[in-house]
Order: sequence, then structure tokens, then C-alpha cells
Amino acid sequence: MEARTIRFIRRGEVVSAGNVPPDRTLLELLREDLGATGTKEGCGEGDCGACTVVVAEPAEPQASHGPGGLRYKAINSCIRLAHSVDGLALWTVEDLQAADGTLHPAQEALVRCHGSQCGFCTPGFVMSLFGMYQNHVCQGRPVTRELAQAELSGNLCRCTGYRPILDAAQQMAQLPAVRVDEQRLAAQLQAIHPAAVEDTASAGAAYWSPERLDSLLSLRAAHPQAQLVAGCTDVGLWVTKRHLRFGQVLDLTRVEELRRIARVADGGLAIGAAVTLTDAFAALVAQRPQLKAFGERFAGLPVRNSGTLGGNIANGSPIGDSMPLLIALGARLVLASRRGERELALEDFYTGYRQTVLAPDEVVARILVPVPAAGEFLRAYKISKRFDDDISAVCLVVRLVLDAHNTIRQVGIGAGGVAATPARARRTEALLLDKGWTEQAALEAAASLRAEFQPISDMRASADYRRQVLGNLMRRLWLESQGQAGINLESLRLQEVTG
Amino acid sequence: MNAREKEFTSASGGGPAGPADAGERNLAPATQSPHAPASPAPAVGSSRPHESARAQVAGLATYIDDLPELKGTLHAAPILSPVAHGRLRSVDARAALQLPGVRGVVLAADIPGDPVLATFVHDEPIFARDTVQHAGQVIGLVVAESVMEARRAARQVRLDIEALPAVLDVRQAHAARSYVLPPVTVRRGEPEAALARSPHRLSGRLEVGGQEHFYLEGQVAYAIPLEQDQWHIHSSTQHPGEVQHWVAHALGLENNAVTVECRRMGGGFGGKETQAGHMAVWAALAARKLRRPVKLRLDRDDDFMVTGKRHPFAYDWEVGFDGGGRITGLKLAMLANCGFSADLSGPVADRAIFHTDNAYFLSDVEIASYRCRTNVQSHTAFRGFGGPQGVILIEAILGDIARHLALDPLDVRMRNLYGAGDGRDVTHYRMKVEDNILQPLLSRLEQSSQYRRRRQAIAAWNAGSSVIKRGIAITPVKFGISFTATFFNQAGALVHVFTDGSVQLNHGGTEMGQGLHTKIMQLVADELGVPFERVRVTATETGKVPNASATAASSGTDLNGRAAQFAARNIKGNLAAFVAGLDGCGAGAVSFQAGQVVSPKQTRSFDQVVKLAYANRIQLWSDGFYRTPKIHYDKVTLTGRPFYYFSYGAACSEVAIDALTGESRVLAVDILHDVGHSINPALDIGQIEGGFIQGMGWLTTEQLVWNARGELATHAPSTYKIPATGDLPARWQVELWPEPNPEDNVGRSKAVGEPPFMLAISVWEAIRDAVAAGGGEPRALAAPATAEQVLRALGDGPASGTTPG
Repeated sequence: MEARTIRFIRRGEVVSAGNVPPDRTLLELLREDLGATGTKEGCGEGDCGACTVVVAEPAEPQASHGPGGLRYKAINSCIRLAHSVDGLALWTVEDLQAADGTLHPAQEALVRCHGSQCGFCTPGFVMSLFGMYQNHVCQGRPVTRELAQAELSGNLCRCTGYRPILDAAQQMAQLPAVRVDEQRLAAQLQAIHPAAVEDTASAGAAYWSPERLDSLLSLRAAHPQAQLVAGCTDVGLWVTKRHLRFGQVLDLTRVEELRRIARVADGGLAIGAAVTLTDAFAALVAQRPQLKAFGERFAGLPVRNSGTLGGNIANGSPIGDSMPLLIALGARLVLASRRGERELALEDFYTGYRQTVLAPDEVVARILVPVPAAGEFLRAYKISKRFDDDISAVCLVVRLVLDAHNTIRQVGIGAGGVAATPARARRTEALLLDKGWTEQAALEAAASLRAEFQPISDMRASADYRRQVLGNLMRRLWLESQGQAGINLESLRLQEVTG
Repeated sequence: MNAREKEFTSASGGGPAGPADAGERNLAPATQSPHAPASPAPAVGSSRPHESARAQVAGLATYIDDLPELKGTLHAAPILSPVAHGRLRSVDARAALQLPGVRGVVLAADIPGDPVLATFVHDEPIFARDTVQHAGQVIGLVVAESVMEARRAARQVRLDIEALPAVLDVRQAHAARSYVLPPVTVRRGEPEAALARSPHRLSGRLEVGGQEHFYLEGQVAYAIPLEQDQWHIHSSTQHPGEVQHWVAHALGLENNAVTVECRRMGGGFGGKETQAGHMAVWAALAARKLRRPVKLRLDRDDDFMVTGKRHPFAYDWEVGFDGGGRITGLKLAMLANCGFSADLSGPVADRAIFHTDNAYFLSDVEIASYRCRTNVQSHTAFRGFGGPQGVILIEAILGDIARHLALDPLDVRMRNLYGAGDGRDVTHYRMKVEDNILQPLLSRLEQSSQYRRRRQAIAAWNAGSSVIKRGIAITPVKFGISFTATFFNQAGALVHVFTDGSVQLNHGGTEMGQGLHTKIMQLVADELGVPFERVRVTATETGKVPNASATAASSGTDLNGRAAQFAARNIKGNLAAFVAGLDGCGAGAVSFQAGQVVSPKQTRSFDQVVKLAYANRIQLWSDGFYRTPKIHYDKVTLTGRPFYYFSYGAACSEVAIDALTGESRVLAVDILHDVGHSINPALDIGQIEGGFIQGMGWLTTEQLVWNARGELATHAPSTYKIPATGDLPARWQVELWPEPNPEDNVGRSKAVGEPPFMLAISVWEAIRDAVAAGGGEPRALAAPATAEQVLRALGDGPASGTTPG
């Protein structure tokens, strides 16, 4: 059996692609099968953004979106599997120019601002700008410098120095508006909505994308050898860089039950495993606004738009940034299989380097994040060579709950980049629990943190640096808890220093 | 302020009010659709968009991998050495050949011509044969029906390599006298005696890292066999002529059998000067063996592993100076890490010597330059071409002198500048600095950036801030323009006027994003007095303009622009003589402007004159040729006049560092840069801004790490971090110096590609200033100044305490 025909909407038409192997990337489909060479490959790992395209799908019920009910997402086509766009609307850089040659505002603004030099990154920037145009300009929201910098952080340019591209982002709105016919598109999407997959019996190549959790779990039980994928922002690299082949892929991103973010009884969050990092961070930031910068520093927007929080956890990388945060927050995981569900603390999920307790027939279903406690003091620190779109050399998240007498009643410390797995700093937590929160306590915690981990030296940082910074970040936490502002470059603004 | 200056200022980004209004100041004229009415104004001096901009934003500008593939096209992937140095005993490709889609393997034995590349030094094998000399060296290719089939199979080739001791450190190579080329020493005066007499002396060491080009379009070539052993090569190259030469040499053919074409590159930055030739040779060898067209597009990780980078440098220096900080004597050794072969290391290391003075007069000086051989990639050209490695050293020394004497670094820099007619105007390589604008340029930037006021404000901040320390620095640049290999300073062009009056332009330069084609189209349009829209440029091709030099050394417009202007001038001369004959006037009385040809008797449209001229059998096309005047130098002593002129500039950068983590941010940048009379201010500003940010990356986040086995551990953008949108300074102002080039360069402009790169050294100096403010040791700071480096330089300074200041 061949994987089924992919259908998506492009330029207002249905595009059908048959016999596409389950592990073919969207970029290969575009460039090699469809001859659409406008989209470029710069790195093949989702780090440069030259391959950025935009997809749209009907919005989730809880998300804020436009009147047409569509959500637009800039994504990296180089590490996205082709089958994952089945049933979506897709735009590439070739699709924006009007038939009479008129450029889309995203394109025209780039030309006017001299935003292209060699032009190779340009298609990716155009598509990220198009995503911003749909999600901000068309919603009547201005594109500020800060927004443009944040949303373009996943697109690299080596020629311009970015200033003209940021100018273009801010100027798009001043050009004559161009609108997507969302009603028509919604109808088209309805018409090509893929039939639900219930058939679990397949020996041949297959790409399953079930819509119900029970279907997913049946498929998982029947095909434990199938590669489970969500946003594919890491598995995609196994295809492009490690050259792995997957004859069978089980995609959980359409499973309704896993796409939800629910409020649980105590006010905490239950984040489905198929919720994108963009949406998951939005929900986390809504409860804890101090996490905004941390969320925006997690990869680039196209990766956050594809990647899922569940995938980041299940993947088990020691340098994923969400785990230290979730450990500090005291998050728990719900794993599901046909046998039932089980719940465990996040840090108990990992057994070794990229090893977890997940059984072959099991999936990560939900992440449970407790509501902020009264007296909670939370900081998430990330140290990397580059501020945006980089992997942490050290990540440290500390959550303290202080009572009225300044005594630490709860403490959660998650650390990344310092061990083979995302780690809870148990010894340091024990040191702090039920102590008064004083400078002396912070100094002791700093020393304890340095002693608690044996990080390695690699291309990101030396072991010594990692250890030193772990302690220094605890010092920063102390200063910030005492109300000191202006001690973090992440939030330092020029006007603060120039007056 | 004259009109031109005003225009430049309004075209520049930023402004005193900050970035929020930068865009409004930068609006170019609305773009022309292909059929828009032509503008009568002269093209030169206007901020026209890049000639391909509309196509680029619409995804319609094609790069080599986008070209329609000919029937039967195969794809190649390289077989890489996993070992830094070793004896290659055997290559077993049986497993690879069994894989689906695989059509063959190409090894050194398959080379019909010379198995060594046709480089100047002739020291680099096309494929590794008996020994491997760096991890990532190409041993051969696997060729398959698809790219992924070839890449998968290349990993299945079994290599039997006996590991040998590898030299990975440049100081270790120097100690072992392991060189790719003999050392070179440039000397003037009596540096030893001068040092002995100096009231103050300092000595030190410095390590400066390399840099990956990270052109967004990776290396790619497409080799197409034609009839009768002729070849057409699509190459993403800055130097089609060299690709042609190398391919012919490897195939055992004469140059006339090979045509090389390049419409555009997706970025070059020097990385496609020689390195592109390797891809083309490899693809051609595969195509010859398999008798099919072959495309070779490197995976990004392979691109990092295979190709050379900016040369890392190490230095030992000793300087003497007086109480005011003026240098009285200087002795230094610079060790260039060249990698396993010479490539362009000779001229790169030469240019580092030529730029060790940067903007400053060095009376008694000795510079010893060592070209060290190590078992890593063969380092190559990169924007600045050794210049940055010379400039950063003298700027570091001047910063150290200032801090040693507790003087303002800007004052020390000003005191050391080249003078005019006071005996302080001759470089250490004996070239007189005739066009010096350093003093007024620096003074103007000092004023416009409010350097003095800000330095005071920063000192006040630092006194009250324990965690965040700020620093500021102004550094200048004086960059010599011309290829140091004098013979490269020649160029050709071919301009056609067709019978409808449209103009087709071809020249030997290549387009890598810098806007070269746009500028030359502007020059040709004005020369013929036709609207810009009547001129089209075609792909650079060895069959149209032969023996062209690399598009490098910032010289693309200077050389090719003049050649194209001369070609257009020849055609204009033909037409003027023809019109003079018709109207009974002198040819000198005939003028060309705004699409009109005007004689004292009659005004005709350009198109009408062309039609008439064609009917009267007048030649409507011409070549043009240019060679740079005045330049000469002795390649042994490195003395003479290697440069036609200098480009100048200066930048003021302000940074903040975090004493707890070593992280840094660039807060504000003010640039004043000299491009002479700008042919296209928007494009020039694009080069200045882009070059600056690229230089900032070199000195901050872009760290290349080779592990103990000699493998490059940072081989993808996930681990190698070029600047991103968030790294832009919040304040970012660029102004152009208002004066023309005093030399008779094309349009009285100046070259712009490389010089602004070195303005970013102000960022590194500002970080060192902040380290000093934090009680650390700026002399311990290596480049790039990663967070880890900065924290190390801060040491146990008082700032790392927890007590609020």
C-alpha cells in the first residue's frame, strides 16, 4: 500500500500529490516534485529560514484569530514532512504576486526598503512577512520594531544586516491592502478535509494522521515500529541530516484531544501534546508574564509554529529549553495507551540520555502545569552564544514560593545543558526548602548548584563556564528578588541607559 | 550642506530620533514594473533598487539549483575524510554502489588531467590520494539519481585510514616550522632601538578566531558535457575565469573547451572565490566519468566541513610609546592559520601586513608574518582578506596603550593618525598616504555621536551598576583598494546596442548580492544617455568576457564599471561620429541624454539614431577594457604602491556586558563612511550595514570550534551563530562622507564591499572597554568575545559580587 494522496490548497486551487513517501520533506515536494524552486534550502535543519512557507488551517476554538477563522503559520518546509500539509492551505513565495505583476505588500516593502541583496534568504523573509501581514496587519494590529525582530528571529540574512528588512516589516501596512479570500478558502479546506483514518492494518508505506485519540492509540499499538511525529522539528533532521528512512509515520498533530489547552480544576493548565510551542508558550505566558522573553528565545518562530511542547518533552534532548521550565513549575505528564493513562512527574519521565519511560504502545498525551501560587517568584534564564534562536549553553529556571515571613515554602529548580538529561536540582532545592530567603541562602544555593552538576565541555561552552554561570544566575535571582531592575541584558533598553 | 550630501543623509538609515523613523527616511522610489515609463534623470547617484529585487521577492530569481535540469542529470555527494591527518590505505565503495539509484563513484584515479588543482602554489590535490590532511577533506564522490541517494551512499563508503599525528594549533605549527609558504618580514627604521628608547613599553599576545562565510546559498556547481569534449559549467562563483581554468586543467583540456556561467550567487563574501572551483572540478569529473550532466550541491554541514574559512590569527607583539600614547616602536609576529594548503593564504597574510598600520603612522616597525600549515580546512578569502586581522591587532594595542596610560582611547588613536606633509604620511610599505581624511572624519564622528558626553554618562552608570557594565569605542578604518596581486587589476566588458535601441550589458564581474550589476547598469545608462530601464545585464560568462579577475577586493565596480563605461563610450563615439556626419558638425558637439541624441542641428531619439546607424553599417556594440593606473609593488619586500587609493570610515559603538554571565549586547552604533561620490547610496549603505553586522558576528557570536580530533564541531547554523534580527543595535545610524574620490575612479566613487567590515572592531574594543570598567583584564579577551570569553576576562573582578553597587 502506498501512502495516500496529499491534497492542499495553493493559489486557490487544489494540489494533489500521489505516491509521496512518508518521509519526503515538504521542501522536496515543492522543489523536486512540483518544480516550485522559489523556496530555498539554506541549511536543511530549520535554523536559517530560507525555506519558510506559510500554511493556514481553521483556527482552534480557543485561539484568537481573524473573522475567516483561519490561522496562518510560517513554518520551515525543509524539516516538515510533506504529508503534514494534507488538508491545509499553503503559500510559497511564488504565490503572492498578483496576476498583473503587482507585488504583495510584503514583497513591495522589501523592494522599496532595499531588503534583498543576494536574494537567497529573501523568499523565507517574504513568507515570514506574509505571515505577519495576515496575523497582524490584517487584524488591524501594527507591526512594531520589537514584533518584527521577534517574529523574524528564525530567518537569517548574511547580506543586509537586517535593518532594511525590519523597515519593510513596519512599512507593509502602509501599502495598498491585499486580502486573502478567507471564506472561499475555508470552503475549499472543508472540501478537501482528509477522511479520518481508522484502518490500522497496513504492512506497506503509510502516513497515518488520525483525528481521535483512540485511533491514535490503536495505531500506536498496532504499529510500534512506525515513527511517531508531531511538529517534526527534530525528527525532520533525522531525515535530512542522519539520512534515516521511515516507511511508516504516525502523525499525532491532528488528534483533537491532543490539540487542546484546558483549564483543570485548580486553575492549572492541561496542555495537549499536539499543541504547538507558539500556543503553549502563549498559555504559559498568560499565567506567568515574566516568561515572555524566555518563550520568544525558544528557537525561531517557524520552529515554534511547527514544534510541539509534547514533542520537545518526548524527544528528551538535554538541551531542550522547555523541560527546565516545566520541572521548575512542577509539571506532570499524562501518558496514554490503549491500556489506560498514567501520570508522573516530568523529571521521572527521563531515564538517561534521550531515554524515557515511554512504552512502545504509549504516547505523551498532556502536560499538566500548576497554577501560580501566591508568593511565587519565578525566573527563567537562558545563556547562549546568540540571544535569539540558539540552544542553551545553560538554562536555569527557579521557582520560589515565599510565605509572609520570607520563608521558602516551595522550591522548583530545573536546569538544562548541565547533565545528560534535563535535571531537577534536588540537592539545592532541599537546601532552600523551609529556609529564609536571604543573601546568605542565595550564596549557599549558588555554591550548591555548582556542586550539584558535572556539565561537559562542548562547542557551546566549557564545563567550568557552565558551572560558574549556574551559580551566578542564582546570584542574579537574589538581586532580582530584591527588586533590582536593569541587571539583565535581556530586558535592558537603550533609553534606560541613555536617559 | 550641499545637495549631494543632503541626499546621502536622507538615504541613510536611522537618525538622531532613533530607529523608529529610520524606515521613513529610507523610502526608495516605488519600484518600476517592466513597462513603467522610463525616468529621464541620470541613473548614477540615485538609490535604485537592486536590479533583481522584484524577481527575488517573487521567488523568480534563479540560482543554480533552481535551473531546469537536463534529461539524465545525476547528483553527486562528497566522500569526506573523518580523520584530520592520516594515510589513506583503501577506499571500499562496494556497499555504496549496491544502494538504489547509485550510478558510480569518482576517485582520484578518475582524473584525466593533473590530479592537483591548478592553484598558484599547486599544493592541493583534487581528491585526497595517499594521505588525508583534514577532517572533511574530499576523497571522492558518489553519484546517484537523486541528491539524497548520493548523500546516503557517500556515508556507506568505507575508508581505511591510518591516523597520523595532526597539527591543530597554529602556535604548535609555528614551533614546528610547519608552513604552507615561507615567512615574510616587513621592516622600517630601527624597531629594536626605538623600543629600547621608548618611555613606556607593553607586550602581549592575542588570539583571533576565524569565520565561516555562511553564504545562504551553499556551494553548488552543475557540469554539462557538450559535444566534442566541450563543457558548460554553471558555477556559483566569484571567479568564473578561474573555474574555467581549473576545470580544463583537471580534464586535461585547453581553456577554450570550457565555458563557465554565473548569473548570481546567493552570497559569496570571499567564500566562492577559490572554493567554488572545487565544486565545479568535482562535478565535471563526475560528469566526464558518467557521461551525464552532474550537479553537486553540498549539504550545509558538508559545506562547513569541506570549505575554508577566514584565517584565524595569533599574535605576539611588543610596543613602545610616549606619555601621550604615541607609538614609537613596534615589533610583532603574526601567525596565520592557513589550514592544510596555501590556497590564497599568501595574499591574505600579505594584506594583514599591509593593514597592521590601519590608520596610524608606524615609524619604526617590524612585522614578521608566518603562514602556518595545520590539519584543518584550507582557509581562504573572506571579506577584508586579511585586512581585519591586521587592523584588529593595532586597535587592540592602541586600546591597551590608552588604558595603560589612563588616557581616552580616542585621544590616543587621534595622536597616532597619519598626518599630511609632516613626515608622518608614508606607510610601513613605503606608500605615501595622499588622500588622508582621517582627522576630519574622526572629528566629525566624535561630534555627531556625542562621544565625549556619552563616555561621561557611561562612566557615571558604571560607577553605580555592579552587574551591567557599559563600554564605548570609536575605531577608524583605512583600507587599501586594489588587488595586491597587481595583474588582477584589469577588467573587460561587452556592451551591445540592439537595433531597437535596447542595451545589453556584460562584464567580467559577478553578482553576489552587492549590487554590482545595478551600479554598472547605472553607469552604462548614463554613458549612453538612455534611461536605466533600457539596460539589461546578462549572466557573467567566460565566453563573453575572457580572463576576468575574481570579483573580490572590493574592486568589482571600480574595474568592471570602468570597463563597461569604456565599452559604452566606444559605441557612443561611433554614434556621435555618425550623427556628426549627418548634421555636418563635430562629433564632440553631439550629446546623449535622457534618451535623446542632440546635435547643434537636430534632436533625435536614441532609438532613431540607432536604427539609422545600423542601416548605415555602424558598429553598435563594443568591448571595453580597463586597468588600474599608478599601482606597482615589490612582491618580495612588499614595498611600493599596492593600492590605487584608500577607503576611509569610522564607527562609534556602545555595548553593555553582564558581569554575571559575560553576555553582551550592542546598544548603539554611529558610522561615518567614505564611499566617494556614491553611485547608488542605498546599495552602498547596504554594504556598510551588512559588512558591519558581519564583522560584529566575527567578533562576538561566531565561534568556530574544532575538537581535539580536529573535527569542526560547529558545522551548522544550530551551533554556529551568525547575527540574527535581535542583535541589531537599538540605535543605528549611518552617514556617508560627502567628498568625491580624489583619484579618477569611476564616477569618483570609492569601493565599499570590504572596508565597513572592519568598523565592527569598534564593538570588540567597546566590549574591552566595558571589561575594564568591570575590573577585568581586557588584554585577556580573545576574539570572538563570546559570553564565556568575556566572563573569563572579567575574572574575579569586583563586579561579580552580589552586593548591589
